[in-house]
Amino acid sequence: MIEAQSQTQPQAAAPVRTTDRRRNWRTALLGTHSVLTFIFLYAPIFILVLFSFTKDSFGVRWTGFTLDWYVRLLDDSRLLGAALNTLEVAVISTVVSTIIGTLTALAMERYRFRGRTGFDALLYLPIVIPEIVMALALLAFFSFSLGIVEALTGQPMRFSLVTVTISHIAFSISFVVVVVRTSLKGFDQRLEEAAQDLGANEWQTFRHITLPLILPGIIGGALLAFTLSLDDFVISFFTTGPGVSLLPVEVYGQVKRAITPKINAISTVMLVLSMTLVFLSQFVQQRRQ
Amino acid sequence: MTDGIAVELRDVVKRFGDVTAVDHVSMPIRDGEFFSMLGPSGCGKTTSLRMIAGFERPTHGEIYLHNKPISNTPPFQRNVNTVFQSYALFPHMTVAQNVGFGLEMKKVARDEIRRRVGEALDMVQLSGYDDRRPRQLSGGQQQRVALARALINRPDVLLLDEPLGALDQKLRKEMQLELKRLQEQVGITFIFVTHDQEEALTMSDRIAVMNAGKVLQVGTPTEIYERPNNRFCADFIGETNFISGKVVEADATGAAVKTADGLVVRGQHVRPIQLGEHVVVSIRPEKARLLPADDANTLPVNARPFPVTVERVAYIGSDTRIEVRLGAQQAFHVWEQNARSTLDRSEYWQQGEQGLLWWPTENALVLTE
Amino acid sequence: MAVDTVSSSEQRGTGLMGMLRRSARLRLGLLIFPGLLWLVLFFALPLLVIVLYSVLTPGPRGGVLFTFTLNNYVELFTQDLYVNAYVRSVWIGVVTTLLCLLISYPLALYIVQQSPRWRSVLLFLILIPFWTNFLVRTYAWMLILSNNGILNSLIQAVGLPRQTLLNTTGAVVVGLIYGELPFMVLPIYASLDRFDFTLMEAAADLGANRTRAFLRVMLPLTMPGVAAGSVLVFVPTVGQFVVSDLLGGAKVDMLGNLLQRLFTRSNPPNWPLGSAMALVFMAVLTIGVVLYFRKTAEAEA
Repeated sequence: MIEAQSQTQPQAAAPVRTTDRRRNWRTALLGTHSVLTFIFLYAPIFILVLFSFTKDSFGVRWTGFTLDWYVRLLDDSRLLGAALNTLEVAVISTVVSTIIGTLTALAMERYRFRGRTGFDALLYLPIVIPEIVMALALLAFFSFSLGIVEALTGQPMRFSLVTVTISHIAFSISFVVVVVRTSLKGFDQRLEEAAQDLGANEWQTFRHITLPLILPGIIGGALLAFTLSLDDFVISFFTTGPGVSLLPVEVYGQVKRAITPKINAISTVMLVLSMTLVFLSQFVQQRRQ
Repeated sequence: MTDGIAVELRDVVKRFGDVTAVDHVSMPIRDGEFFSMLGPSGCGKTTSLRMIAGFERPTHGEIYLHNKPISNTPPFQRNVNTVFQSYALFPHMTVAQNVGFGLEMKKVARDEIRRRVGEALDMVQLSGYDDRRPRQLSGGQQQRVALARALINRPDVLLLDEPLGALDQKLRKEMQLELKRLQEQVGITFIFVTHDQEEALTMSDRIAVMNAGKVLQVGTPTEIYERPNNRFCADFIGETNFISGKVVEADATGAAVKTADGLVVRGQHVRPIQLGEHVVVSIRPEKARLLPADDANTLPVNARPFPVTVERVAYIGSDTRIEVRLGAQQAFHVWEQNARSTLDRSEYWQQGEQGLLWWPTENALVLTE
Repeated sequence: MAVDTVSSSEQRGTGLMGMLRRSARLRLGLLIFPGLLWLVLFFALPLLVIVLYSVLTPGPRGGVLFTFTLNNYVELFTQDLYVNAYVRSVWIGVVTTLLCLLISYPLALYIVQQSPRWRSVLLFLILIPFWTNFLVRTYAWMLILSNNGILNSLIQAVGLPRQTLLNTTGAVVVGLIYGELPFMVLPIYASLDRFDFTLMEAAADLGANRTRAFLRVMLPLTMPGVAAGSVLVFVPTVGQFVVSDLLGGAKVDMLGNLLQRLFTRSNPPNWPLGSAMALVFMAVLTIGVVLYFRKTAEAEA
């Protein structure tokens, strides 16, 4: 969302291009600082990936190249199961939150109504609230309400993928709304009037004009929701149940127990997946433009 | 239908909250005419246009399209098309797709659409631009696409909302001529909204002058310019001199008005006036004459010219604009054509010179405020 | 005329389409309803449950007893354990935010001076880590800082003795900076993008050296970005528990760790106390953020 904002702003002032030798020195300093910062940002990732191939079973030294750890991943049914669960939760939560988020964004951008500011605040809360507070609140809430349902129906109720998915949707909606709203703000409503003027009824206008033009925003929101769900740890940690695991939670458990390059391996896989998604989203956005 | 009424607004009112944008407007617009709505920002012209298009509904009153009431018809069911101020071209479609959109909505066959799009682009001189995208076009080209997109649907009426506002001077003048030519060629009723009075005068068959939600006058360009029926219309269109005063003499056609300074000014009136009424006399600068004192004998026998002093002179090239002091405080402008090509300084008015100011009585209009 | 050929039901506006067309309220209701329902049910309500729990008594086996008490809040403000955790968390939050600011501002300044194409590339490069898993990236720091890790290998290679880098406050701060950097860079960049650099030339023309021009012109005008970035870094940092858990171990106890313990790892878990703690945390945070915004708004005025 921030990315979108900086790309749609007009360039206010030309960049400071200088031929003055003294100022070049300053730019060089800034440049060095920037390079160092980028090294700081990427070195850990690089090291992590590198050490997923080491023979050293502690994973902290380089003693030789091997793909052993990746092979062992395939045998680890727990991890694979967790990965599948994570994917399942991510897909469902993305679909639901994108639909709900788009509808809500349309409402907020196109209508004035009483309580709009209040609802706006409610929408922003999941974004600004510390994750752990939201996670604990959901934990308490589910425990509370599942207890009630259990008492009423006599059926045992447990935390499961359902509780996790519900929680993911709860925080994703707000993010989708922000992204889609930004997209809607740039949308010229005169285009809808023009379409109607030319004979398109409300549905045709939406289908041929509005939807195609806000689709990049919707896709952006969906990708954001997907990534947030895939990578989520804190909320998943507190809302899963026994026997049901998600990948980040599994990794956390393993990290606490012992550090092996197998963790590096699964981490590398997760990193590659995330980066692929980012490049994909960039690619889609560029094509649309 | 040569004397049919294409569009009629009958006592239309439009309110937005406590703001009355359109205040009891009634206007019949004839088939095949180029009709302009002219006025300053906020006068209600755009709102009226939008009501004809269907994007706003009148609070009171009714709008008729060929004698059928259309206020309850949504815009996509009216046989009326709009050229928007910002063109509103669909950025995700090519020029051809934009132009053919209306036909696509009517489910016209694809070959037919392709043929008619070709014709439409031809008509606006954009043949071959079918596959371009709007952002690849210049402002003038985008405007022509917007025109083609509207006209291809053969609407009963074409609405144009300040379509030339975003173009530079030269392009504007070209497009004005082209639009006029197009309208004559196609024969459709054009309803044109603008705040540029020169544009309205150039292009229109009839003009409606509007201010603060009301229609002040409807007439041909000549009628509006030469016979404005109130102060606002005289002021808004072209330039004019205003002299305020009280009526001291009046007959069937003319009146004499005495100013606070004691000057007596004569003119004709367009509506009955009464002695003692506060009025304003309007004389357009090109319709007054400034003479050197020794040319007084060239004036008609009963002329009563005013002795004036030249305050300022502006040489425009084709004409000279002279500001004189009339009486004690009145500033009065006279425009003279520079009909003779000469460098002789004595042929041009200088600051401080004395002269005689005069106009034929029929060149002055006595108007109520 | 086209008007005649339209189907009569559309004209009369019967059926669902007709109702939807006529009533803006109905359309709005349908659009708002799903979002409103979900957020109220699964966000607002859970928060209310926490509020409720904070004034109840903890049950013997971990649940709650519906007995009203303010004991939890009393305990929070009197017990050293909790007060220390708050102070430490806020302190780490402040340090992290400041360091992020010091690193991000020059970086943003550098980026804004590049050509548009390079800007997009650099911004994208900053964002990529943001899209990857936070847990995984924190784990990477575990590798680097551990006793047998890269950093220690380098240190030993130079001849210095092995240092304990992991399980320190420093490690936690580094891990936090690492995770939160993009959140500080982007808002500052956005502010700098809007900044008119000819103002700096005007300042120089009027006799200000670079430092003074920066402090009196650039910094004040980019305050919105700095403020936004600071809030975006400070808030999640104070509520951290993953980084302090993995990189700080038991030695660095932050709010998040305590909360986790109270809710899941204690025997029995103490939900009311945990709820009270979470609420006080939120309250402190909200007050802090509001005060900060007031101060920066005043500075601008």
